[in-house]
Amino acid sequence: MSHPYIPNTDEDRRQILDRLGLDSSDALFADIPEDCRDPRIDLPPQLSEQELVAELAGLAWKNIQPQRPLSFLGAGAYRHYTPSVVSHIINRGEFKTAYTPYQPEISQGTLQTAFEFQSMICELTGMDVANTSMYDGASSLAEACLMAASVTGRRRIALLSTAHVSFESVIKTYAAGKGYEVDVLEPDQVELGPDHACLAIQNPNFFGYFEDVEALSQSAKAAGALFIVSADPISLAMFRPPSDYGADIVVGEAQSLGIPPSFGGPYAGIFACRQDLVRKMPGRIVGRTADVDGRTAYVLTLQTREQHIRREHATSNICTSQQLLALAATVYMTTLGKHGLRRVAELCYHKAHYAAGRIAEIPGFSLPISGTFFHEFVVSGPLPTPELKASLLEKGIIAGYDVSDRFANGLLVCVTEMNSRAEVDRLVESMQEVVR
Amino acid sequence: MEIPSDLKYTKEHEWLRMEGEQAVIGITDFAQDSLGDVVYVQLPEPGANIEQFAKFGEIESVKAVSDLFSPIGGDVVERNAALDRQPELVNSEPYSGGWLLRLTPADAAQIDQLMSAADYEALTASG
Amino acid sequence: MVNHEPGHDRVHPMARQPFETDMGDRLTFDLSRPGRIGCILPKLDVPEAELPQDLLRADLTLPEMSQIDVVRYFTALSTLNYSIDTGFYPLGSCTMKYNPKVNDDIAALPGFSRVHPMQDDATTQGALEVLYRLQECLAALTGMDAVCLAPAAGAHGELSGILSVKAYLQDRGEKRHKILVPDSAHGTNPATAAMCGFSVASIRTAPDGNLDIDDLAAQLDDDVAALMITMPNTLGLFEPEICRVAEMVHAAGALMYGDGANMNAIIGRARFADLGFDVVHMNLHKTMSTPHGGGGPGAGPIGVRSHLAPYLPTPVVERDEAGAFRLAAPAKSIGKVGLFHGNFGVLVRAYAYIRAHGLEGLRSVSENSVLNANYIRERLKGVYKLPYDRSCLHEVVFSGSNQKAHGVRTLDIAKRLIDYGFHPPTVYFPLIVDEALMIEPTESEGLENLDAFCDAMLAIAREAEEDPEVVKTAPHYSPVRRLDEATAARKPILRWQPSAEHAPHAKESGGPSIPRGVS
Repeated sequence: MSHPYIPNTDEDRRQILDRLGLDSSDALFADIPEDCRDPRIDLPPQLSEQELVAELAGLAWKNIQPQRPLSFLGAGAYRHYTPSVVSHIINRGEFKTAYTPYQPEISQGTLQTAFEFQSMICELTGMDVANTSMYDGASSLAEACLMAASVTGRRRIALLSTAHVSFESVIKTYAAGKGYEVDVLEPDQVELGPDHACLAIQNPNFFGYFEDVEALSQSAKAAGALFIVSADPISLAMFRPPSDYGADIVVGEAQSLGIPPSFGGPYAGIFACRQDLVRKMPGRIVGRTADVDGRTAYVLTLQTREQHIRREHATSNICTSQQLLALAATVYMTTLGKHGLRRVAELCYHKAHYAAGRIAEIPGFSLPISGTFFHEFVVSGPLPTPELKASLLEKGIIAGYDVSDRFANGLLVCVTEMNSRAEVDRLVESMQEVVR
Repeated sequence: MEIPSDLKYTKEHEWLRMEGEQAVIGITDFAQDSLGDVVYVQLPEPGANIEQFAKFGEIESVKAVSDLFSPIGGDVVERNAALDRQPELVNSEPYSGGWLLRLTPADAAQIDQLMSAADYEALTASG
Repeated sequence: MVNHEPGHDRVHPMARQPFETDMGDRLTFDLSRPGRIGCILPKLDVPEAELPQDLLRADLTLPEMSQIDVVRYFTALSTLNYSIDTGFYPLGSCTMKYNPKVNDDIAALPGFSRVHPMQDDATTQGALEVLYRLQECLAALTGMDAVCLAPAAGAHGELSGILSVKAYLQDRGEKRHKILVPDSAHGTNPATAAMCGFSVASIRTAPDGNLDIDDLAAQLDDDVAALMITMPNTLGLFEPEICRVAEMVHAAGALMYGDGANMNAIIGRARFADLGFDVVHMNLHKTMSTPHGGGGPGAGPIGVRSHLAPYLPTPVVERDEAGAFRLAAPAKSIGKVGLFHGNFGVLVRAYAYIRAHGLEGLRSVSENSVLNANYIRERLKGVYKLPYDRSCLHEVVFSGSNQKAHGVRTLDIAKRLIDYGFHPPTVYFPLIVDEALMIEPTESEGLENLDAFCDAMLAIAREAEEDPEVVKTAPHYSPVRRLDEATAARKPILRWQPSAEHAPHAKESGGPSIPRGVS
């Protein structure tokens, strides 16, 4: 019997074989060495569509999903409300089942939305140019560090210790290829030498707080190193863009722009930089031009940077963008618009500060970091963080991320527009009960 | 295909013209034609020292990159800044407005190692 | 159904948009009207906190549009795209096959899409079990001992795999600096090798399309870290001497890296480990049919033999004796390659795809993809030059050199196919074939679609002889026609600018303008 995804019938296959002058398709696989051909392979049995849905839904039910229970977990992936428009647009087959727009004449949908994405990222970050996205925010940062090494001809990468826990590991993985050294520096002990290609920071940092960006930018500039800033795009709707304080490259995680947490991916990495660095930028770039009839249209451009042309001399081995996720971010930003995006950021800010203030009032709890934060902050409690988390989970609350390796009994708490005052109050009451 | 008789050539399709004590170099009409639309030229800044037949820059068309090799060694006096805004000059005027570098030759005798117009024509004709 | 009859008077299916459309000039920023909004947010239900005035930004330029305008704008743009859902997409080496809709629904289940990557393992057992099961399936299909699902794309898998090889060799105290890559390789292979700090040397392809074994033997020395080879290769051919090649490479102390981009051809029929490979990356967006999304997301897991397993990227999924699943770091891991654990939403779909087939179904995938490619080879050969005239696997590579004699280039043939309602094949790749046309039909097309495509290709070959101009000026029936790519690269305009003069090209032809519905 035929498979629903494979249209050829037995009769079709017979006609094809006749045309090829063959009795069986086996002859077409004759180049595979005989002792390697058709091995025994143990796979689970085939399922009908109905059985497949039931099987996978069963696995999905085994997860505890943040909604019920309440969640105050951020740490690099954030819960924001996504207007329904976003999923309806990105689920259009014309967007979803196309590939890289190699043929611009029949890919203007992908190309023009990519140009929109580049434009909006430039507006948010304040930078001159942006690409059509990287794999995620961490690989985007790692590629930015490699790019800085290429631009400066230097072989040391400096990263602030307050950046996301994954960033150091990803940068070290990428740096190992070319043998670059990676220095992880405390924010108050930043000293760069003449062999540093860049200083990379996250702002607001992993713990939610704003760094002393002017001083850090100065340190980078004084050493002739590039200043690389990883920023949450929602925060940029409200706070100064990194271009304001001298960023040469801005990266970030576009997940907060309408992309579901989805257990860590797919997301999209933001990558933007100064105009004069564009020929060293990795990734796909879309430019505006015209067709032979003079109609404005869009096309992949500056392609000579890329692997399919420059091969071993390319700026990176990256082939593609996370285009569908970049589209989601574009539709999200368009739907919320100028005022909506700022409003999301303000709601996050005010609710997070309400939560921080209330938690700090609980006896035994304090805020170990002083400074300004956006929508995430660290609290130190009177009992070990794993215990606190476990007790709160029993009460139906995913309370945050354990940062007790950096702060005694530290818990990283995130509050977004998704958390109502009642939810915050329940978190506070539950914390009181747990430590009583 | 235009091959001016008063210039010297390399088998990598660059040309050289002496103007007083200085050498002006560029790529030939044949080279620009096979590259197609030139979109970007990367050249060394004045003061740089380059060696004969060594790579000194890159020239890009929409979907190809080619290395540039100098017909002669010496110090760069001037790069053609007009190409920053109008790289297409390499296509339209390969021997005049599309020149690449002006150099002070380190050793004028190196010119003897270059091809004449007739030899270069024979090279392009043989494919 | 698409009308594939040749001729100039028919209406192209993509011609629903008026040709005079000025969509390219109307970005969201241009459509924006102050005061409009596409979504309102809840009222603030807590007291306002004091704002840090010195940190706030003054202004943000983003569009202001009502919801219907947003929907119409993006819907209209979507109709300018060609996609698998709208037609035959024989883009060689990209495996553009049907993307099952049910897999999208499964990935969107709240129990998957809402799960946060930083939750404790105890609360994500279902998601971890999916990943664990997928690791097992991919290990079974490649014969490898361990699989890591973290890489987000094929090139990311290459990076992970080659870095693992580098770490393994370094651990053994070996100093090897070179990676060998066939001249038919994808550009990512040499780019990856260079990114990992290796120099790259090219191995020739022999006249029969196989690897030139003598050239390989001559270049194999104790400085070679690995041979990176695509199986089957980019000509759609299976290297019959692959086991001997692996023996030679291993004898020289180097490793075999398999690029699994073309795994659709051999899925269920040959396993990379059996063929002598030490490491392989798979492109799940190709073989396991997850939607390409206009360029991404994908997933590029790697499978390795046991000696490389300790070096795999972090994390991998393990199961303990009690049957609980957890994220783990391999003992000598090269580290993380991405923010979290890989493109989970893609990996779920890939697992669902495997389960919807079972082994027999996957063997039918490779059988039909290979039958379809050979049918096209048989129907077009003679008219189009076949540089390697032997049966192929999942894709067939022609040369447009016969047509070049009439002044028609492969690019022109590709553009003319658009007029006939097809997405063009991959062109000018592999680099070793002059005027290459790389056609991969996949198993998703039935015989009548293959015939319609072949009829169009043959009609274009006739046009190349009789009326070359119509081919050279194609496409005629597409939303836009050929673009000025040279100006795009010479004077790059890479973002919207808030000025009236941002359009680079003044319209030369007037024509009736389309009223702007929102003005």
